[in-house]
Amino acid sequence: MALLSHVTRKTLTESLRLGLKSHVRELQTFTLPDLPYEYGALEPAISGEIMQLHHQKHHQTYITNYNKALEQLDQAINKGDTSAVVKLQSAIKFNGGGHINHSIFWKNLTPVGEGGGEPPHGSLGWAIDTNFGSMEALIQRMNAEGAALQGSGWVWLGLDKESKKLVVETTANQDPLVTKGLSLVPLLGIDVWEHAYYLQYKNVRPDYLKNIWKVINWKYAGELYQKECP
Amino acid sequence: MASLATRPIALTFPCQGLGGRTPGLQFQCTNKKMVPRKCARKAGSTKICAKFELKPPPYPMDALEPHMSRETLEYHWGKHHRAYVENLNKQIVGTELDGMSLGDIVIVSYNNGDMLPAFNNAAQAWNHEFFWESMKPSGGGKPSGELLQLIERDFGSFEKFLQEFKSAAATQFGSGWAWLAYKANRLNVDNAVNPLPSEEDKKLVVVKSPNAVNPLVWDYFPLLTIDVWEHAYYLDFQNRRPDYISIFMDKLVSWEAVSRRLEIAKALLVEREKEEERKKREEEDDETADDEAVKMYVESDGDDPEND
Repeated sequence: MALLSHVTRKTLTESLRLGLKSHVRELQTFTLPDLPYEYGALEPAISGEIMQLHHQKHHQTYITNYNKALEQLDQAINKGDTSAVVKLQSAIKFNGGGHINHSIFWKNLTPVGEGGGEPPHGSLGWAIDTNFGSMEALIQRMNAEGAALQGSGWVWLGLDKESKKLVVETTANQDPLVTKGLSLVPLLGIDVWEHAYYLQYKNVRPDYLKNIWKVINWKYAGELYQKECP
Repeated sequence: MASLATRPIALTFPCQGLGGRTPGLQFQCTNKKMVPRKCARKAGSTKICAKFELKPPPYPMDALEPHMSRETLEYHWGKHHRAYVENLNKQIVGTELDGMSLGDIVIVSYNNGDMLPAFNNAAQAWNHEFFWESMKPSGGGKPSGELLQLIERDFGSFEKFLQEFKSAAATQFGSGWAWLAYKANRLNVDNAVNPLPSEEDKKLVVVKSPNAVNPLVWDYFPLLTIDVWEHAYYLDFQNRRPDYISIFMDKLVSWEAVSRRLEIAKALLVEREKEEERKKREEEDDETADDEAVKMYVESDGDDPEND
């Protein structure tokens, strides 16, 4: 896990710099990123109540628990307690994944008046046609895979950095897309946890999936694509 | 235990008590209820088409208020549970699963972890019926009798059990269930038979399971469950899963149901052990008989004077 090695490296270098005995330093903690729009700005596709709970409560909880797990990891590493390090992996994957996924998700959405739902111009549009036949075919595929996903998880449009191909993938729970392949970069993630739609759509996940395309920020996905495939 | 063929499915779940069509409380093997309702048959077809029915909770939709709202029940039972049952019925038509009890379909379609398509619907249909019957209006409080004794024996105290159960329910990542189950004298692995079974192996355990998985697939006897899919609590508690879990334990759990299930589990276990003992004896007898047959054959082959 890249993240883990980063933390480890940081711990080591700082330990060396500060000397192993006086081990006083600040562990980096994560904070909730602001939404780039108002909670109610995605209505009627997604209600303001859902957006507020999703952002302020759910995403915040992932961050809180991620920070907690990192702190425990730091202590375990310092103590050389390998079994404690291993034990923390599932909490780090779940809460760190929740933070990564939601951070992308907020940027994947934008109000209708600010470009929400406008199909991508430029190279991403071409790539979608090449890989899936058409935008409609891609949407249909992501809706079908998102609806079929058992329990909680995400449906993704990703880019394989190596083959330069676009892929549709699903991940369980808060697994980030990179768990499906190290060369995969998420361009667009749709949250199909029930908390993402239940207050408004109840058991009808397909309706949520149908409507979310009206507020998808294709411009952002296009920029990510452009960066990887200039 | 390595293959399904040797799993004592029929014996483990001979009636509706724990693994049958109804994951409910009936102890009597009223097989009449288990007989699949025949559906419209096509001309010439003699196949019995099993239809599972959506059984309502054993109380009115608003009976658990204010702890679990009518609206939650109407969606959770009326939409989610219904969809699992209806989709299962469509899915099993004409397959080898058609005609089996719901509990057997769960175990067979789990397929030792390599799940068949019907598993999710079958297990969720089973889980939800079991969940409704795990609750009652004015529930909660403390169990009594043998159940309490076993809880104290296996968890240290009722409070410690509560803590463990709540923690399992709160920490199930994503969708799933938390369970109190009775674990029979089996090793804790799927592919082995306990070589030295003893009474002390049997104990209560708290387990959690992802999505549709339930403890039947580990050969445990489920006694109590809480649904921690978000749809179970989101309308009433939103993101506050721990509050929902506390209310469930304080106000909703039916300890009578759990006690009855424990009784059923123990009775089924006695039956199963008797049956296994009988089979073992039969096999031994068969082996002895085979040995004798071989001996006779060898003797007759060598000694028959008419062969000369």
